Amino acid sequence: MSAKGELPGWVDVGLIPLLNLFVALLISGVVVLIIGENPLEAMWIMLKGAVGSIKGWGYLLYYATNFIFTGLAVAVAFHAGLFNIGGEGQAYIAGLGATIAGLSLEFLPWPIVIPIAVLASALFGAFWGFVPGYLQARRGSHIVITTIMFNFIASSLMVYLINYWFRPVGNMAVESREISGAYIMSFREMARVFFDYRMPSTPLNPTFFFALFIAWAVWYLLWRTKLGYEIRAVGANTDAAVYAGIRPQRIIMITMAISGGIAGLLAVNEVLGAQHRLVLEYVQGAGFVGIAVALMGRSHPVGIVLAALLFGLLYQGGTELSFAKPEINRDMIVVIQGLVILFMGALEQTFRPWLSALFFKVED
Amino acid sequence: MLELFFGAETLASTVRLSVPLILACLAGLWSERSGIVDIGLEGKMLIAAFAAASTAAFSGNALLALLIAIMVSLGFSLVHGYASINQRGNQVVSGVAINMLAAGLAVVLGNEWFREGGRTPALSSDARFMPIDIPGISSLYDVPLIGVLARIISGHSLLTYIAVALVPVTAWALSRTRFGLRLRAVGENPHAVDTAGISVARLRYQAVIIAGVLCGIAGTYISTSLSASFVRDMTAGRGFMALAALIFANWRAWPALWACLLFGYLQAMGTRLQGVKFGTFEIPVQFINMLPYVMTVVLLAGFIGKSVPPRASGIPYTKDR
Amino acid sequence: MTDARTPAIELIGIDKRFGAVHANKDVNLTIGRGSIHGIIGENGAGKSTLMSILFGFYSADKGEIRVKGETVKIRSSSDAIAHGIGMVHQHFMLVDTFTVLENVVLGAEGGSLIGPALAKARESLKHLAEEYEMDVDPDAIVGELPVGLQQRVEILKALFKGAETLILDEPTGVLTPDEADHLFRILGQLRDQGKTVILITHKLREIMAITDRVTVMRRGEVVANFETAKTNVGELAEAMVGRRVLLHVEKRPSQPGEVVLDVRHVTWKDRKGIARVDDVSFTVRKGEIVGIAGVSGNGQSELLDVISGITRPTSGEVFFEGKNIGMMGDPQYLRREGLAHVPEDRQHRGLITSFDAAESAILGWHFEESLGKGFRLDRDAVVQRCTREMADFDVRPGNPLLKSAKFSGGNQQKIILAREIERDPDLLIVGQPTRGVDIGAIEFIHKRLIALRDEGKAILLVSVELDEIRSLSDRIIVMFAGKVMGEREPGTNERELGLLMAGVTAKDAA
Repeated sequence: MSAKGELPGWVDVGLIPLLNLFVALLISGVVVLIIGENPLEAMWIMLKGAVGSIKGWGYLLYYATNFIFTGLAVAVAFHAGLFNIGGEGQAYIAGLGATIAGLSLEFLPWPIVIPIAVLASALFGAFWGFVPGYLQARRGSHIVITTIMFNFIASSLMVYLINYWFRPVGNMAVESREISGAYIMSFREMARVFFDYRMPSTPLNPTFFFALFIAWAVWYLLWRTKLGYEIRAVGANTDAAVYAGIRPQRIIMITMAISGGIAGLLAVNEVLGAQHRLVLEYVQGAGFVGIAVALMGRSHPVGIVLAALLFGLLYQGGTELSFAKPEINRDMIVVIQGLVILFMGALEQTFRPWLSALFFKVED
Repeated sequence: MLELFFGAETLASTVRLSVPLILACLAGLWSERSGIVDIGLEGKMLIAAFAAASTAAFSGNALLALLIAIMVSLGFSLVHGYASINQRGNQVVSGVAINMLAAGLAVVLGNEWFREGGRTPALSSDARFMPIDIPGISSLYDVPLIGVLARIISGHSLLTYIAVALVPVTAWALSRTRFGLRLRAVGENPHAVDTAGISVARLRYQAVIIAGVLCGIAGTYISTSLSASFVRDMTAGRGFMALAALIFANWRAWPALWACLLFGYLQAMGTRLQGVKFGTFEIPVQFINMLPYVMTVVLLAGFIGKSVPPRASGIPYTKDR
Repeated sequence: MTDARTPAIELIGIDKRFGAVHANKDVNLTIGRGSIHGIIGENGAGKSTLMSILFGFYSADKGEIRVKGETVKIRSSSDAIAHGIGMVHQHFMLVDTFTVLENVVLGAEGGSLIGPALAKARESLKHLAEEYEMDVDPDAIVGELPVGLQQRVEILKALFKGAETLILDEPTGVLTPDEADHLFRILGQLRDQGKTVILITHKLREIMAITDRVTVMRRGEVVANFETAKTNVGELAEAMVGRRVLLHVEKRPSQPGEVVLDVRHVTWKDRKGIARVDDVSFTVRKGEIVGIAGVSGNGQSELLDVISGITRPTSGEVFFEGKNIGMMGDPQYLRREGLAHVPEDRQHRGLITSFDAAESAILGWHFEESLGKGFRLDRDAVVQRCTREMADFDVRPGNPLLKSAKFSGGNQQKIILAREIERDPDLLIVGQPTRGVDIGAIEFIHKRLIALRDEGKAILLVSVELDEIRSLSDRIIVMFAGKVMGEREPGTNERELGLLMAGVTAKDAA
């Protein structure tokens, strides 16, 4: 049915999201104005700080790596009609897997340890996603509430574990011993070791390429496998899925495990790649950024990579901005994030009637 | 030992820590009984806490601080209402957005106004809601046993008494008034309300407004009574704990009070047991901290008892069936 | 006081369109005061729309409403209530967690505290209970009451709000025969007290039993008005179904072979314990089309769900090619075994409107190895299959990459039919194959079904379109209230089938 009032595809996929993003940024600009600064100047500083130097790019891509993982995690769940707010906790728990593997297998060569540690990260994250999935599918608990609760449980649990099990005796900082055997070298270290070249200090490491691979894998899973077809069918229309002989409960559990597993890969970038140890609260909200990234990327891996890059830019640029202009706090990024979620998610349809009226006026 | 678990200090601190939970929980109760899921309690409390602390720092007037905090929280509430009621948007997404917006704005504006990295300056006692010693009762503080009771009842701020008084008020309003009846109906079956000739949107807006006001009071309490300034993320998940308490209370007012007192007690114990050793055994307080959340998960899964949310909660209302 | 002879309600020239659907065409209707007025018609005849307009749920595009002779504007339910109109909806508008009293008082509290209203309601419930045999415990939780009592609460609600005219939309659909009889007694007493009752139904027996006058609607129009005492079921059935030209379908006599589907004493009860499918038995053989006729909501949908494995029966057995499949509940297994299913609800089940046509065209069959080895789904194979099927079934536009929602109803249906027929099934279950489908597509779909039969396949057809059933089927089974009312030849006249569909057996009619 091509009813009157329906907008062409490019408006839906392109114009409306861009318009929503624009409004979110516009309001952020107003906040900067209220602070008494020039939003355009602020934007220029951010841009320069993020893409004007090798170091800026390094951090941008390093942040984006995290956001690709958490964004994909949220998106996979979205496709099954589930809202996984638990990426934060799933990534946090995954750090445990990475650290246990990294610390206990130090005696093995890195080509063996790294895959095991990556797998352990994914498995720990998957477990933390699977349990809420199970509770939703089999016990009817609402996934949103359960995943929120699991974030807090993870938070307390990790404080305990790091404090009592991982912290070396006498160490003041609440963190584990350093993983000295097998970790993922940063590009900077590679350049120094293999080419004797000095690069600016950034935590960027090959995990970025792994994240791009995972983005491709998610696309493949969703659009090129039978399981992906079933996931999307359950999310798009549960009744039709049941008619097709798909069991929604089973799909919910599997999807949540996959979602948690992908969120867990953040530990690869952070624990194995950047910090080489398990640090208290190391996820630092990246799980929630994933919600903004997924909404902005329209739950498509390509969109998510682009959105993750944008948020990487905002994070790196925001840090630079707060150095250059102490009046503008780094938390300005959190404001932008909130606005993006508001306009891309909850108020998604706000401009549609207005836009359709405009559109058909022009056409008539 | 008994002193540690049930002493006057512990119990008085339980009351203090329960207050924001009670207010936020009641806010959630009003909102969700009308069918609007509110994940944004945390954010509204946080921005209110910031608004109150800032106003108090500028003006030195605690009551003005309360007023401004309520208005700011209300503004956020109306955004949520607009997204949920008019735009029929995803209520969880909207709540998440509000939490982030509040967390970011509080620090950004605070940093600009006070240049302390998002903190607000310490408030003098005039600018705060200070403990009130009820005459007659405060003289009983040193009497054995009765003194414990006296210190639970007396020595709290005005906002504490307001919070506790709001419990019976809420219970009464929900069960005995026309507004309460309609509000409960709209959260269960909005079609029934609509066919009875009552506006669904109007009722839901009223509920959202009440939630905003209550979160405003809760935030004010946190930054001007429980502490004497605003620091970033100072609500520390209380909004979500209130949500947990709401589930625990099965969306009813009196049980909400008990659930919040229980969670408040666990919070108090979490602080008091820090580093306390029984012989050589040290209780890891983290397990006490996570207890409210674990209990909620177990309850929601139906392993103990049953908790049933209002049937229409989270579902945008459309006329056709 | 107005003259006692002024009608309670007059509807003048009511017209209403929903997009392309003309739901009410210039409807004129007069309801006499203190009478029970029946409105009868098949599905989609426009009865419910008309009453929703009267109750302010929709507004008419054109026309006038008069209450007791005065022209009124009814913009919302509250306007209708203010004019003394009450409605008992097919799906009850009750708050399950509330007590009976609270439900009755909702919207008529009379003040900001509900105490006085509750007390008043308790009093008037007592009176109403005495007057009309309507005993309900005022403090019972509504959700825990049986359906019959819930309906009573709906009636009490309307009366408490001062309804003079009471509209009941298919009130007996959810009731047991005993409950229905009780309801009729109540309605009779209401009339005797001077209230006006409008009864919407498709059941002839109810019309004959309690109405004073009856209006027959067909395709959005009023086709006849009768005084109940001066008409009979035969005349009503004819007016309701109409003298329609049989759609001409080229068809040779069937040559039925062995039994493919054998349904034995299948019963399915819903959550409230009501048997929606009640002890149904029949068989379908190779090379024949068995049609199930009936007004929708009489258990056909539930029966299809049981046979296709979507739900398990409460009791009874289903044999497919000799295997007992009743309790398996696995649609995918059944598809592998050769059972294809075109579901009744195209938009909500048959395809996924947000998927492209190619993906909708494998729904339910996505597990097949020909669409990708193992876990893979071969996009090229999926698109190729859809392209082939679109050409074969003349789907327009023939673009497999277009979103399923963008196709017209007829073309969506062709996509679904192609998907199921091309799997070469031994048994095809088809629900409402031509609902909302244009004439050209109807003819095409009918031809394909006949061709499939002639290949020696078994077909079970469910449709609310009686002429479709008659023109396609080799045997006709009529369902009413979950039960099989009887089996007839396709040559059987409309009147007899219409009576069976309305729950009247030959014995009753005689």
